[in-house]
Amino acid sequence: MDYPQTFDVIVIGAGHAGCEAAAAAARMGAETLLLTQSIETIGQMSCNPAIGGIGKSHLVREIDALDGIMARAADLAGIHFRVLNASKGPAVRATRAQADRALYRQAVRGMVEQQPHLSVFQQAVVDLLVEGDRVAGVQTQMGLKFRARAIVLTTGTFLGGLIHIGLEQHQGGRAGDPPSNALAERLRALPFRVGRLKTGTPPRIDGRSVDFSVMEVQPGDEPTPCLSLLGDPAEHPRQVPCHITSTNEQTHEIIRGGLDRSPLYSGVIEGAGPRYCPSIEDKVVRFAERNRHQVFVEPEGLDTPELYPNGISTSLPFDIQLALVRSIRGFERAHITRPGYAIEYDYFDPRDLQYSLETRVLEGLFFAGQINGTTGYEEAAAQGLLAGINAARKVAGQSPWWPERDQAYIGVLVDDLVTLGTNEPYRMFTSRAEYRLRLREDNADLRLTAVGRQLGVVGSGRASVFADKVAAVGALRDQLAGIIVQPGTDLAARITALTGEQLARDVAVLALLKRPNVAIDRLIEALGMAKQPQIIAEQVEIEVKYEGYIKRQDEEIARVRRHATIAMPVDFNYNAVDGLSNELRQKLSEIRPESLARAARIPGMTPAALSLLLVHARKQGGGEARPEVARRA
Amino acid sequence: MTGKVLAPRHATYTRFIDAGGESVDAGIALYFPGPRSFTGEDVVELQGHGGPVVMQMLLDAVLVRGARLARPGEFTERAFLNGKLDLAQAEAVADLISSASAAAARGAMRSLEGAFSAVVHRIDQDILGLRIFVEAAMDFPDEAVEFLEEGQVHARLTEIAEQLRRLLAETRQGVLLRDGIVVALVGAPNVGKSSLLNHLAGQERAIVSDIPGTTRDLIMADLIIDGLPIQVVDTAGLRESADPIEQEGVRRAREQAGKADLVLVLEDDRSAGNPEASELLATLFASVPGIEARRVLRVLNKVDLTGHQPGVVPAAQRLAADLPAPPLEIRISARTGAGVTTLRELIKDRVGYAAEGTTFTARRRHLDALHTGLAAVVAGLELLRTAAPAELAAEELRAAHLALGQIVGTVSADELLGEIFSAFCIGK
Repeated sequence: MDYPQTFDVIVIGAGHAGCEAAAAAARMGAETLLLTQSIETIGQMSCNPAIGGIGKSHLVREIDALDGIMARAADLAGIHFRVLNASKGPAVRATRAQADRALYRQAVRGMVEQQPHLSVFQQAVVDLLVEGDRVAGVQTQMGLKFRARAIVLTTGTFLGGLIHIGLEQHQGGRAGDPPSNALAERLRALPFRVGRLKTGTPPRIDGRSVDFSVMEVQPGDEPTPCLSLLGDPAEHPRQVPCHITSTNEQTHEIIRGGLDRSPLYSGVIEGAGPRYCPSIEDKVVRFAERNRHQVFVEPEGLDTPELYPNGISTSLPFDIQLALVRSIRGFERAHITRPGYAIEYDYFDPRDLQYSLETRVLEGLFFAGQINGTTGYEEAAAQGLLAGINAARKVAGQSPWWPERDQAYIGVLVDDLVTLGTNEPYRMFTSRAEYRLRLREDNADLRLTAVGRQLGVVGSGRASVFADKVAAVGALRDQLAGIIVQPGTDLAARITALTGEQLARDVAVLALLKRPNVAIDRLIEALGMAKQPQIIAEQVEIEVKYEGYIKRQDEEIARVRRHATIAMPVDFNYNAVDGLSNELRQKLSEIRPESLARAARIPGMTPAALSLLLVHARKQGGGEARPEVARRA
Repeated sequence: MTGKVLAPRHATYTRFIDAGGESVDAGIALYFPGPRSFTGEDVVELQGHGGPVVMQMLLDAVLVRGARLARPGEFTERAFLNGKLDLAQAEAVADLISSASAAAARGAMRSLEGAFSAVVHRIDQDILGLRIFVEAAMDFPDEAVEFLEEGQVHARLTEIAEQLRRLLAETRQGVLLRDGIVVALVGAPNVGKSSLLNHLAGQERAIVSDIPGTTRDLIMADLIIDGLPIQVVDTAGLRESADPIEQEGVRRAREQAGKADLVLVLEDDRSAGNPEASELLATLFASVPGIEARRVLRVLNKVDLTGHQPGVVPAAQRLAADLPAPPLEIRISARTGAGVTTLRELIKDRVGYAAEGTTFTARRRHLDALHTGLAAVVAGLELLRTAAPAELAAEELRAAHLALGQIVGTVSADELLGEIFSAFCIGK
C-alpha cells in the first residue's frame, strides 16, 4: 500500500550518518522519516565504543557547531575522556571519549525521538521508487511505499555484507543483523561504480575473566572535558579507567601458525582494508621485526563486563583467536564473548557524488557514511549531517551548501571523497587538512555556527550560547588591546614576576601575548582582571599567537581560490594535451576536475602540467567558472 | 610583398616591394603552410639584408599591409598552444633565445637536462622523509614511538637547511647568468664612457646601439664580463634642469639608477677633489630613493693624466666623507686600461657573481621558491629548538615542501599518509 503521508525527506538507516541526516533535515523544517531495520539499534556503535580522537574529534566539534547529535550524545555517554596531543598545539589537540554503548544508544534515540518534524518507522527497505531520472520514494519489505522528494541512503556495511571468521563466511550487515541484499541488487543495477571494502573488529572479552592488576592503568583526564559547546562535565556518567597490555612473541607465533586459515592471507577477501587500522595478523606479517604490539583494553559500558581489546582486530579462525587472546598478559584465562570478524561490503565510488552528497545518477538520492567508502562513526555522522542539510535544501528549492577545505574538516572530507575517491576505507587525519592550523577543535563553532544559523540547521538555544561566547571573546580581546605596558611600572614588575618576560620598552599587551612563553592566564592575573572562563581566554590566546600563521595561510587560500575560479570544461580532452604524462592524462580523464584548483590536488600533478592545463582550458573555451564552482569563488 | 606565388617550404629569391610599389630590398622568402610550421599556423619568413634602416623599411612595408609586431614570445606561445611544443620545449626555446652568453647557454642546457630538478627533488624527498615523522607524531600519538626523536628531526632539518643554502648560492649564479645585471652609468659626456665600455668588455666586444628617440634618452650597451651578461644604461645626468625635455631625461635617469643592480658614477680624476664633483654623488643619493652605498661605485677616470695610482682608493682618501655611507672609489684609465681589471672584479663581486662553479640557470621563480623554502626550514628549526608546539614546526615543513613543490610538483596528503603507513606499524 501507499503510506498516506508524503514526506519531504526519507533517511534509510539509523546509524551515525542516518541519525544526523534525519535530525538535520528535521531541524531545517523538512518533514522527515527515518527508516530502520530495528529501532532498538538506533545509534548503535558497531565497532569500538569510542567517539573522537585525532582528526575525528574535529569532525565531532563541527557536527556540534551545526547543532548535530554526536557530541551531545558522547557527553551523555562518555565514561572515560582524554585529551590527546595536549602539548603539540591547539590544532592537533583532540578529545576522545570512551562511551557506554547502551547509554550512547539511549542518548541518540532520545534526541531522535524528541526531534520535531521527525518520524521513525521500523522496516527494511527493499527498493527505491524511481520516476524518470529522479527518486520518488522507497518500498519496504512488506510492500509499503513511502513517497518523498529526497532520499538519504546510509546503509553502512549492510549492502552485500559478507562476514568472515577464518575460512567460514556468512552474509550479514553487522554481527547479528541481516544484510540489505535486495536494496544492494537494486542499486547495483544503477550505473554507479561499485567497489568492495573490508573492515574488521576484535573479539570481545568478558572482563570478569581478565586480570587487570598486571596491566598498565590509563586513567581519564581530570577535569573531564566535554565534546559539545552545550556540554557540562556534571552530566558525564561515572568515569572508569582503561588499561593497556600488549602482544608478545608467543602471540605472534600463534598468529603465524593460523595464517593458512586466514581469509586475508588465503585470498578469500577481495576488499581493501584500511592501512591505518590493520588486523593483528597484518601487523605481525608486515612488521615482523616488532616483538610486541599495544592492546588498549576499553570498557564497553558501566553495566556490562564486556571489554573491547583495541588493537587485535582479526578474522582468524576462532580457535586461533582464543589462543592468541589467552597468550596476552592479563588475558590468560579470558573468556571471549563475541568472536572477532572481518566484514566485506559494497561501497559506491564517491566520485559519482556531488559536493552536496547527492548522487549524479539519480536526482534526489543522497549517499552518506560507509556507503561512500569511509570508516568511522564521526566520518559517517559528518556526511549524514551534510546530506541531511542538502536534502532539506533540495526539497525547499535551495542551492546546495558545503564547507570548503579551509573552513572545516567536513569540507576536507567531502572534497577528498568527491575529487579523489578512495580505495581503502577513508579515515580522517589532521594531516589531510592543509589548513590544519585554522581547523581547530576550539574554533569549530566560530567557523560554522553562524553559517549553520543562516542555513536554519542551528536552533536558537545553541545560537544564544554561541553569541555569548563570541561576545565574551571579543570583549576580552578589546580589553587587552587597549593596554600598553611601560617598563619600570608596577604592572611591568608583576608581568615579569608572573611570566619571566623582561620589558625593555613600551609594549602592547597583545604583543606580549604573541610571545610563546606568555600564557594569557598569567597576563590576566598580572593585570588584576577577573578570571575568565577557560574557553574564552584560550580562544583569545590562540587567535593572537597564531595570527601570523593564519595570515600566511590566507595568502595560500587566496591563491588556491583564484585557481578555483578557473573551470575545466566537462568534456575537456586530456589526451589532446601534449606534454602531460600518460599517468596524469589517465587520472585527469577519470577524475574530471571541475576547476584548476581541484586538478592541482591530484597526486602527481606538477606545476608545469598545471600551466599546460590552464592554457589549454582557456583555449578549449573553458576558463569561465561553472556555476557550481563560481559560487565558491 | 614579393609579387610572387611562393612554393611551400622552398626558398625563393625575390625583391621586397613596399606599399607604393617601390623596391625596398632583395632577399629570401619562405612559406610554411600550417600545420607543418613552427607555430602550426601559416608562416611566411622574409630574410633581408639587415642593417637597422633597411630592416625598418621592410617592417614598415609589412605593417602598412595590416601585419602587426609579435608580442614577446608570441611565436613560442602559439606553437605551444597549437601543440607543436610542450612546456619544457617552450621554456627551452625561451632560454635559448635569452641566453646572452656561452656560459648561460651551458647552464640552460644543464637545467634542461634536469640537473637542477634532480637536486631540488632530492631535497624535497628529504623534507618528505621528515614530514613522515612529524605528521605521524601528531596523527598517531598513542603509538609507542617517539617519532621526533626516532626521526632525528632536528639534525636532519639542519642538514636540509645547509643543502638549501648551497643550492641557493648556485641558483643565484644561474639567475645572474640568465637574466644578467643592469649597470647604470652616471657621468658627464666627456669623462670617457665609451672607452670604459670597450675596456670593460675585454675580448668580448661591447655592442653599442643608439635607440632612436629624444636626444635625452638612455643609451644602452650590452657587454659580457666573464660570462656575466651586463646591460649598461647611460643615464645622461641627474641634476635638476629647467628644460622640460631635460627634466624628463633626469626623471628617467633616476628611475634607471633606482632599478639598476649597480650604479657607476664616472668622473674625471683631475677634478675629483673639487667640491662640485661630490655634488654628483650627493644628488644621486638624495634623488634616488632607496639607493644603498653598496650598489654604487665611484669611478675616477684618466689616471694616466693625473699620475694617481690606479685601483681601489684607500678609505682615508675617499671623497664624500659627508655621506652617511660613502661608496667605494676606484681609479682607472679607460685609455690605457689601467685599473679596469680591478673594476671588472669589483662589479662581479658587488652582484655576487663567481665565474667558476656556476651550475644552473634557473628562473627567478625558482629562486623565490628556494628562498621561501629555506625561510620555512629555518623557522622550523627555531621552533624545534624552542620546543614550540609540534604543529607549528609541521606547518613550516609543509610550507617548505609546498615551496619546493612549485619546482618539482607536490605530494598529496594521501601519499604522505601512505609513506607513514609503510614506514611504521600504525593503528590499534
